[in-house]
Amino acid sequence: MTDNTAGGDVRLTGISKTYGSFTAVHPLDLTVPEGSFFALLGASGCGKTTTLRMIAGLEDPTTGSVFLGGRDVTGLPPYKRPVNTVFQSYALFPHLTIQENVAFGLRRRGIKSVQKQVDEMLELVQLGDKAGHRPHRLSGGQQQRVAVARALINHPQVLLLDEPLGALDLKLRRQMQRELKRIQTEVGITFVHVTHDQEEAMTMADEVAVMNGGRVEQLGAPADLYENPRTTFVANFLGTSNLIEAEVAGAADGEVVVIAADAVLRLPTARCATLPRTGGKLLVGVRPEKISLAHADDAGGMAEGRNRCTGKIADSGFIGASTQFVVDSPVCPELEVYVQNVERDPRLVPGAEVVLHWNPEHTFGLDAAMDIDAGTETVEETA
Amino acid sequence: MLRLSTTWIRRNLVVITGLLTLAYLVLPNIIVMVFSFNKPAGRFNYSWREFSTHAWQDPCGVSGMCDALGLSLWIALWATTGATALGSMIAFALVRYRFRARGAVNSLIFLPMAMPEVVMAASLLTLFLNLGAELGPTTILIAHTVFCLSFVVVAVKARVMSMDPRLEEAAKDLYAGPVQTFLRVTLPIAAPGIAAGAMLAFALSFDDFIITNFNSGNTVTFPMFVWGSAQRGTPVQVNVIGTAVFALAVIVVVAGQIISGRRRKSARSTERHAHRAAARSAVRSTEGRPAGPVPGGTR
Amino acid sequence: MTVTEAPPGSPAPAGPLPRKQPVRRKLVPYWLLLPGILWLLVFFALPLVYQASTSVQTGSLEEGFEVTWHFRTYRDALGEYYPQFLRSVLYAGTATTLCLLLGYPLAYLIAFKAGRWRNLLLVLVIAPFFTSFLIRTLAWKTILADGGPVVDVLSTIGFLDITGRLGMTEGNRVLATPLAVVTGLTYNFLPFMILPLYTSLERIDPRLHEAAGDLYAKPSTVFRKVTFPLSMPGVVSGTLLTFIPASGDYVNAELLGSTGTRMVGNVIQSQFLRVLDYPTAAALSFILMAVVLIVVTVYIRRAGTEDLV
Repeated sequence: MTDNTAGGDVRLTGISKTYGSFTAVHPLDLTVPEGSFFALLGASGCGKTTTLRMIAGLEDPTTGSVFLGGRDVTGLPPYKRPVNTVFQSYALFPHLTIQENVAFGLRRRGIKSVQKQVDEMLELVQLGDKAGHRPHRLSGGQQQRVAVARALINHPQVLLLDEPLGALDLKLRRQMQRELKRIQTEVGITFVHVTHDQEEAMTMADEVAVMNGGRVEQLGAPADLYENPRTTFVANFLGTSNLIEAEVAGAADGEVVVIAADAVLRLPTARCATLPRTGGKLLVGVRPEKISLAHADDAGGMAEGRNRCTGKIADSGFIGASTQFVVDSPVCPELEVYVQNVERDPRLVPGAEVVLHWNPEHTFGLDAAMDIDAGTETVEETA
Repeated sequence: MLRLSTTWIRRNLVVITGLLTLAYLVLPNIIVMVFSFNKPAGRFNYSWREFSTHAWQDPCGVSGMCDALGLSLWIALWATTGATALGSMIAFALVRYRFRARGAVNSLIFLPMAMPEVVMAASLLTLFLNLGAELGPTTILIAHTVFCLSFVVVAVKARVMSMDPRLEEAAKDLYAGPVQTFLRVTLPIAAPGIAAGAMLAFALSFDDFIITNFNSGNTVTFPMFVWGSAQRGTPVQVNVIGTAVFALAVIVVVAGQIISGRRRKSARSTERHAHRAAARSAVRSTEGRPAGPVPGGTR
Repeated sequence: MTVTEAPPGSPAPAGPLPRKQPVRRKLVPYWLLLPGILWLLVFFALPLVYQASTSVQTGSLEEGFEVTWHFRTYRDALGEYYPQFLRSVLYAGTATTLCLLLGYPLAYLIAFKAGRWRNLLLVLVIAPFFTSFLIRTLAWKTILADGGPVVDVLSTIGFLDITGRLGMTEGNRVLATPLAVVTGLTYNFLPFMILPLYTSLERIDPRLHEAAGDLYAKPSTVFRKVTFPLSMPGVVSGTLLTFIPASGDYVNAELLGSTGTRMVGNVIQSQFLRVLDYPTAAALSFILMAVVLIVVTVYIRRAGTEDLV
């Protein structure tokens, strides 16, 4: 069943899933390159798990096809597909020992002598001493590693991970992220990882598909997604974005000039998701950490050529490495600004008049027709 | 002093009433046990005369009683087998699949339990009379299977419902076909529920009187024997059987408790050893770290 | 590497179109249901039909019975045996109430106060089942024997005077009176009350009691406002599991009672097995079934607990 010479790329063509009148996944095409660590990221109910289950064969697609390494597997039941899954909350068999759990897949394929492989696999996940135990006696992190071992031992062409770290506490989750990444590099198998945690997706994956409402909003490398969001959902869901409603004043020399309230802002034309038309609207975005904050008294000594606007500190939160400010500005009522605590300016307290400034290069533009708040609530959920 | 005692009674009212209720429940069993050592004057064993162990030395000394007991065991065994098989299948279908007429199936399961036994007994008798069937062990067996079925469904359903459906998906994902998935995963995990249903069915069938009374013809099961003896005269051996079965069952239950308690205790102690060992060894792996939340906590 | 989202409404790209689940997989539940449901239809539903038909037949054993739509049987049966019907409802109702009053403290004790004795107490509640209920019911003949210690005590403390005035006993006797029958019924079905009560009480988080106490509730208020409402599912299924079998029982009335305590179950039994007047017996059985089903349905509706099965 498993053929390691076959390619490990996953290709979905026009795949969709509807339940009655509800469409969980709209027809989508997606290619996951062989050997990559691919993440499907989105809030609960966005269709990411359904997509994963269609690859696994646990869900029949309503339309479209699934190709694994060039082979159409759409009609195959899960037990005939060369993919394995690490389930949410692990789904370890409670009546079998760790060893029997790990050997389950090999045994079902009629492989007799499994002991050596099982031992090696348990060594890989550092659980050699737990072989004879039942799953309920292991901690969450240990169970998670058993689930990974149980899937990996079958040398699947693709390993599917459904929120595999969701049940772990924060510290353990960070550790397991590194661990999974290490294992993936070591075995070189294609990983498709479903998660609602944007930080997890960004630290682990080579490529991330952000899903929303049963569609892929944007696909790309984590840094690219973060720096160049194409939709307001991606801008808000991945980290935090300040989105400013502005009017296009003109465009020249690869630069767009926009006016928002009393401020004139510039941004590279190349970083606009839509073609800016003079007189049209544009959502101008900038990440909180790109913005510098200066007290209004120091406004004079500021470098030229930077985007700037004024405001008043509404709130500030000290979180150790940085301080997060909320600034009430004419261009936007709640601008977020993260300032590294290198030298703290004691004048920057709520109520202080400030000037915000940033490099125009760090500004991106989005279609003003989109919902400015898309993806914001879900961010709080994952925090 | 008196005030003290009344407040004490009021404070412990629940405990006192509870224990009195328990005494009410257990008292007849004690009487049955004590009177198994009686040597009654006449045919009835209702008042104490003198201590004797003659009934214990010759438990089958009453004609027909041990045959009746054997027949009851035989019927209970087959009724349990039938009801457990049929009931478990229904329970799986109800929990795991979507199908038409679910409401009707649920009612058909619920109604036999929502009806006085005598109604079911009488209606079965009219069926057998109308079909001209001969009453005997077969009709008893059929009747027992019917009324045990619903109880098995309820017991198995509860267990299958609490099963994580992902376990079966995981088996399928790990190359187990439908049959393998059922045999290797579903069945072993549902086994305690099926066992509970089977035990309940066995107890219900073995001790059934009303339905048997209607559908047995001249066949005598153990409860039928006791019923008849209540009219003709109760041999002490009836008490012996009652006491022996009771003692046997209590021993099995208590032994089961002790064994599972031991196992849990030894599991805990090996775990402690493992923890100590892990603490001594390098902090290379995560054992030393506080365990994460239990799995399934996110659901 | 590429995402091309098909525009909504456009036909799906190449590849198989909507697939139907394989027919075989769809049939699995029906195959699972078939034998058991068939069994219930033939040996539970069909008998009810036969019983209904028998109840409107006339004839005799010698000449055979025939369906003549003789509904008078129902009127005659009710007219002749309404005292037994009333008695059944009265005895079963009293026994159910007593079971609740006696069973609740014990269930509460096991669930909240028993500590390490919990398992032992549970075993003691279930253990009586291991002895045939007929033998245990016969033991009550010994316990309640005339002039025995129990009857003496009840007589001395004046209990029998009260029950005598209520028509439950006569003179210094308990055996062969309604009190004996109710005692037997209560005893026989008490575990069916205790176990569901215990199950629903055990599910209650003890911290809820502390929270209620923390919010200025007296212990009695905690019980009324928190514990009892939360145990309602147990109360409902316990009362049903007690009332239904008690209403059709004839064993206790036969073994512990007298001709004056006969319940409808006794009548059905003797009409079916001794008098062999099948139409009357079937009609009585049908009426009993209807009464119980109506009572149960109304009760479940009122109590608002529908997830009993």
